[in-house]
Amino acid sequence: MFRAPDARRFISASLVIGVAFIIFGMSFGVLAVTANASIAQATVMSLLVFTGASQMSAVSVFASGGTAASALGGAVLLSGRNAVYGLAMSPVLRQSSLPARLLGAQWVIDETTALVTAEDTEDARRTAFWVSAPILYASWCGGTFIGAVIGSNINPNDFGLDAAFPVMFIAMLAPHLRTTAGKRAALFGAVAAVGLAPFMPIGLPILISAFGVLFGVAPAAPAPPNRSDGAP
Amino acid sequence: MTWGFIFLLAGISYGFKFLGAVVIGQRALPPVLERCLLLIPAALLAGLIAKDTFTVGQTIGIDARAAGLAVAALATWKKLPFAVIIVLGVGTTALIRLFA
Repeated sequence: MFRAPDARRFISASLVIGVAFIIFGMSFGVLAVTANASIAQATVMSLLVFTGASQMSAVSVFASGGTAASALGGAVLLSGRNAVYGLAMSPVLRQSSLPARLLGAQWVIDETTALVTAEDTEDARRTAFWVSAPILYASWCGGTFIGAVIGSNINPNDFGLDAAFPVMFIAMLAPHLRTTAGKRAALFGAVAAVGLAPFMPIGLPILISAFGVLFGVAPAAPAPPNRSDGAP
Repeated sequence: MTWGFIFLLAGISYGFKFLGAVVIGQRALPPVLERCLLLIPAALLAGLIAKDTFTVGQTIGIDARAAGLAVAALATWKKLPFAVIIVLGVGTTALIRLFA
């Protein structure tokens, strides 16, 4: 199931992303204890919720004195996109046993989806998922625990780490831009996510980005050799 | 923050993942839906990249992250290894912050 050269490639990619996960996990842990969560609560939240953006948003609402209802609303909006990722990831899990599928579902997040869908073959996709997901899960949860214990302030932005996610996603986006429909979906997604940001609650614009998939409704036209459709 | 809140958020979050990955995703879908599903990463990754680079909360703006992204895009186009792309992008952003 795991071919060695592929597995090694995904281990190194996951370790790179894992470093960012540990540091962001730590800053989440710090923020959580500042918002009066216990070390156990912060760690269990990472283990059970495992959706960074969602957890961050919930804890920062609590930290600024917000209500549980508003914390939950924002966090739920941010975790909604995982349902869409689940659809894209389901072929990877289809062959697995029920317990493996139930465990795998917990690991469906931005980064695992990006890593997996950048691969061309079913084998490589499965390997990418089952190699990277546990590494990223351990990094995020371990980072949370360390941050909650240390409790001192670290600012990932000082190390440019707020750029880590867009930067890694751009590498993973590249293979999806090979088709015209892919380019259009990406353009729509990018414009919606930024253009709608001032007018909507955080987390909602990115869900609207998902409508870019509707460019897949029309079947892809077979591309004749010198076709020029205005796309760069 | 209460334990009740944590379990409620965990339940809802897992519910989303479970719904997509296990409930709906395990069925055979019509070809039109399959074509749309293939575009999910394109639409959402591009959305996340744009949001994480050009917004802070609900404010749109350009800062050092945009330079990091540009360098990373160039590195991706040059087919440099994944770790190198990340180090270049993150490093560019950090250096600009350091000297700006």
